[in-house]
Amino acid sequence: MIRRLFLTLTLTATLLLGAPLDPRADERFITLQSTTSTQNSGLFDHILPRFTEATGIAVRVVAVGTGQALKNGRNGDGDVLLVHAKAAEEKFVAEGFGVARHDVMYNDFVLVGPAEDPAGIEDLRDAPAALARIAAAESPFVSRGDDSGTHKKELALWRATEVEPAAVSGTWYRETGQGMGATLNAAVGMGAYAMTDRGTWISFKNKAGHAVLVEGDARLFNQYGVILVNPAKHARVKAADGQAFIDWLTGPAGQAAIADFTLDGKQLFYPNAKGDGTS
Amino acid sequence: MQDFAAAFALAFGLIAEGDAALLEIIWLSLRVSVTAVLIACAFGLPLGAALAVARFPGRGAIVTLLNALMGLPPVVVGLMVYLILSNAGPLGVLGLLYTPTAMIIAQTLLVTPIVAALTRQVIEDLHGEYDEQLRSLGVERLAATATLLWDGRYSLLTVALAGFGRAIAEVGAVMIVGGNINHVTRVMTTAIALETSKGELGLALALGIILVGLAVFVNGCVMSLRAGAGRAAYA
Amino acid sequence: MLELAEPLPQTPLQRAAAARDLEAATILPGRAEDLVYEAGGRRLIDGLELRLEAGPLTVLVGPNGAGKSLLLRLLHGLIEPSAGQLHWAGRAPGKETRRRQAMVFQRPVMLRRSAAANLHYALRAKGLDGLPLAELARDWLARAGLAELAGRPARLLSGGEQQRLAVARALSTGPEVLFLDEPTASLDPASALAIEELILEARAAGTKIVLVTHDLGQARRLADEVVFLYRGRVEAQAPAERFFDDPISDKARAFVAGRIVV
Repeated sequence: MIRRLFLTLTLTATLLLGAPLDPRADERFITLQSTTSTQNSGLFDHILPRFTEATGIAVRVVAVGTGQALKNGRNGDGDVLLVHAKAAEEKFVAEGFGVARHDVMYNDFVLVGPAEDPAGIEDLRDAPAALARIAAAESPFVSRGDDSGTHKKELALWRATEVEPAAVSGTWYRETGQGMGATLNAAVGMGAYAMTDRGTWISFKNKAGHAVLVEGDARLFNQYGVILVNPAKHARVKAADGQAFIDWLTGPAGQAAIADFTLDGKQLFYPNAKGDGTS
Repeated sequence: MQDFAAAFALAFGLIAEGDAALLEIIWLSLRVSVTAVLIACAFGLPLGAALAVARFPGRGAIVTLLNALMGLPPVVVGLMVYLILSNAGPLGVLGLLYTPTAMIIAQTLLVTPIVAALTRQVIEDLHGEYDEQLRSLGVERLAATATLLWDGRYSLLTVALAGFGRAIAEVGAVMIVGGNINHVTRVMTTAIALETSKGELGLALALGIILVGLAVFVNGCVMSLRAGAGRAAYA
Repeated sequence: MLELAEPLPQTPLQRAAAARDLEAATILPGRAEDLVYEAGGRRLIDGLELRLEAGPLTVLVGPNGAGKSLLLRLLHGLIEPSAGQLHWAGRAPGKETRRRQAMVFQRPVMLRRSAAANLHYALRAKGLDGLPLAELARDWLARAGLAELAGRPARLLSGGEQQRLAVARALSTGPEVLFLDEPTASLDPASALAIEELILEARAAGTKIVLVTHDLGQARRLADEVVFLYRGRVEAQAPAERFFDDPISDKARAFVAGRIVV
């Protein structure tokens, strides 16, 4: 009887393990470390099939914050990075972890908040001034707090004010340490202000009473860059296929695909790759 | 309450539709978690049984450690597996990161302590009942352990189910080592996390309802097997 | 000592007995000298002397806490004595002597399988296999009156059926010595009778029986020899008739008379 049990167990295990666990194991693919904002907006669902169709190369997207994407890239866990924190990206390349950085597209960040707008920031064109008003009113503000591109940008804006958000963290300034969507859910849940990229905001489905209150400040510009992970550091990096993706993305076909991705009639990302392939 | 009603309706709609993407995710969830539980049982059952039967110095400490490991945070396990499987890690050459295999490894690590600790409990009780009789019959230690495992099989099914419940419901580990890649490593829990982050709360809740239904279905299958085999007599 | 011309033994019992004879010399007599067993700082067996000869059915009696069950476990080698000597034909109790013995516990331990599978398990543990095993098991189920219940999960049998199965399981392995620890306690009279019959048959077939009982009536019915245990010592050991006529010690006399002995 014991023998029968073992037989059954072994058989089940063989069936489960023997069948190809990853039915796409033989697929030709690259791994793209990217951000939650691009994934959540649906951009990849729009553009990646076109690339795959043109080249036969599938793209597997791991969506994390820019900070983690850069860290995973340092470990060689990915072939291409598509992120949005230019200074950190340039450091990544300077340290030899990336081959080169190329501009791909941009959109902008916006400040969102409850329609009642307790801090009275609506229609301000000056983002730091708006943040200072929120601080003065001690209205709740939800930050990503996760070292992502959005978080880095937000901290840069706070530096233009007199406020030191780290000092008031846990009071009206609240760090979720999570992705853009989770942070927006938190902001909506507690009637708080937040900073988000416009793409994620447009595609976000749980807006409730929240609306865009501040936009249009040049400092809210959100530039995305693409980097090939350096195969000299990690031999397993698929340099040729990764470069093919970068060439496509920054070339006419990829740029057009980005431009015609719209949601509710609104364009989410604006292609701005330089023709010469450098930033 | 309206949200819940809508989510239930959406859940049933998705199932009725037989949406291919959804079926793919459900199938992968089952494959990963069932495989992880089977491997965890292959290690955890003998380990737990050995701990139940053997007496040696330091045994108490191992039992305590094992009981504590039942509460291992999935994120920590995911992180450990990530560091090992990362291209910069010791097993990076295997190229397993962001594959279902990596998810199975992580869940196996998560579930093995649960299986081992609960098995020890079950087998220790049974050992108390059987020990003298088996020794009287002249059964050797190893054969006795096998007998205990076999005779405890229906209780051990519950142990395996506890492990399965843990595996199918966790998101922290599979998110880190699987990467939630569409069509490759996306499972029920990571899909729920993704839809939540998109603000698609209704869809996320509907997926959650389907996940619970899946767990109920698997438990029901296993328990009916147990009931059919004469629960009173063998449990 | 083998008679090669001897015809093959017919009954399974004879066959088992033959196998037993082939295996090795007898493990009888059993001897305990100045035997001590301590637990929790108390001497539960306290300098006990005992001699168990081949042949007579030995019944162990005595008040609660006298150490009867402990003595059976010591004799069977399930627990280790704290001091003193214990041996079976010169051999210390252990795996070897245990192979030639069997024990039936007060609460029968039923494996979580069918009645027949319980027998199969015991026989397989003794190295039997295949057709002889199946035949022997069938025969013993019939002897225990359980032929119809062979496929029934053992734990669904009644208390009496379970104990009959436990006795059959013990005897099926052809032990030279059979220990029984109050096998009929809390059983209905019909089941008790069936078990006594199995015991008497086994004695007739040459098995040395060592039986612990609380039931003086059962002791009178079965005993060839009575050992009276009191506070971890053998207070009296005598042929049954003599013991019940004149119980030797005061304590034993009081016990036989049905008075409370503490």
